[in-house]
Amino acid sequence: MAQTIKLQTPLTDEDVSKLSIGDKVLISGTIYTGRDAAHKRLVELVEAGKELPFDIKGQIIYYVGPAPAPPGKPIGSAGPTTSYRMDPYAPVLMDVGLKGMIGKGPRSQSVIDSMKKNKAVYLAAIGGAAVVVAKAITDAKVIAYDDLGTEAIRELTVEDFPCIVANDIYGNDIYKEGVEKYKK
Amino acid sequence: MREINVNEIIPVVRKLCIDANYYIGEDVLDKIKEFYEKEESPTAKEVLSILLENYELAAKEKMPSCQDTGVAVVFIELGQDVHLVGGDFYEAIHEGVRQGYKDGYLRKSLVHDPIIDRVNTKDNTPALIYTDIVPGDKIKITVAPKGGGSENMSEVKMMKAADGIEGVVDFVVDRVRRSGGNPCPPIVVGVGLGGNFEQSALLAKKALLRPLNEKHPEDKWSKIEEEILEKVNNLGIGPQGFGGRTTALGVSIMHKPCHIASMPVAVNIQCHAARHKSSVI
Repeated sequence: MAQTIKLQTPLTDEDVSKLSIGDKVLISGTIYTGRDAAHKRLVELVEAGKELPFDIKGQIIYYVGPAPAPPGKPIGSAGPTTSYRMDPYAPVLMDVGLKGMIGKGPRSQSVIDSMKKNKAVYLAAIGGAAVVVAKAITDAKVIAYDDLGTEAIRELTVEDFPCIVANDIYGNDIYKEGVEKYKK
Repeated sequence: MREINVNEIIPVVRKLCIDANYYIGEDVLDKIKEFYEKEESPTAKEVLSILLENYELAAKEKMPSCQDTGVAVVFIELGQDVHLVGGDFYEAIHEGVRQGYKDGYLRKSLVHDPIIDRVNTKDNTPALIYTDIVPGDKIKITVAPKGGGSENMSEVKMMKAADGIEGVVDFVVDRVRRSGGNPCPPIVVGVGLGGNFEQSALLAKKALLRPLNEKHPEDKWSKIEEEILEKVNNLGIGPQGFGGRTTALGVSIMHKPCHIASMPVAVNIQCHAARHKSSVI
């Protein structure tokens, strides 16, 4: 780990400029969930010039389809889903203010270019570490697209939500540089 | 002949679905610990320690270790001296899955129709059921929940006999290389060789059921498994694709005879959550 940085949402340009790939990040505040089906709807709204169900400026979207909440818990297991499926939609959302994405697995070059252009970052949560992640979520409520079930957009309140910086605003990519370093 | 009422199967399948998702096998934990010791990358070590913490927490909190509780893949070994009574055998399995996914607060991840109308079936059925008829008067049921992220990185290739074992090894290693961080490494690589197009895929999936601390029973195959594992771990992908030595925890091959013209090879990628639980009735 390069360093551990605490972040509070919404993110500013100054917040994201401090981050480099490999840094461990602990996020507190509000984040939003969304995956394939929700992204499609959000992009349709942007393209139609309509308002989104939440103010996206400076916000983070977490790619997750959580398990149902057991009694007494705000959310069930909630690890990240594979991010490349959101690649066709992510640049449109960054253009209207999205500052961060949390998921797992590498992103396409067009997403990486958009992150540089829009000063946004991609953070990797640990795939499969769904109970560790759920422990960092203190509240969850569905705010849009209830009909999508696990894929609905939720507003999460998080405290020290653990991630690793996978793409910073300078165009660096842990999935390329990390692998290059250990390839034999 | 032993008579078994299909309704007896329902609670067994229900429990297997829940247990497989809450409690990872000791063989997986031991392998992660073994690779943690050998891992050179500090980021990779951090990831592996988070995975161990997660499995411990899942068991303690009684929560699924991964939110993708998968498709319920159910393997049945049905003794030929069993007489099933009381209803539809497969419906009883679906009912067990339905109850397990509901009562265990597991995510329902199936849609009715793959393209046009992707609406959730809401109860995680249908289960995918594979039945083998075996000698005896017992039923062995194995539930192996399979997540989508790793399944999407799997592949079948119809190779030529002339491609030889080198061709097979190259294909498997290349499949892992192209998968990178997507299937949640460290992964387990199931390889199915022979049979025909569809049987190779099933062999690759069944290969994943072998405990990670067991070698292939035949030396010549176990050597090939070790060769593939070494090559895969030299790719540098590492846990989650962040770079490191621990890309795969194990490679498992199953093979069957095949047509003189064919050499089907299937790779089924399994994430570190190599979940499966069995029961015998």
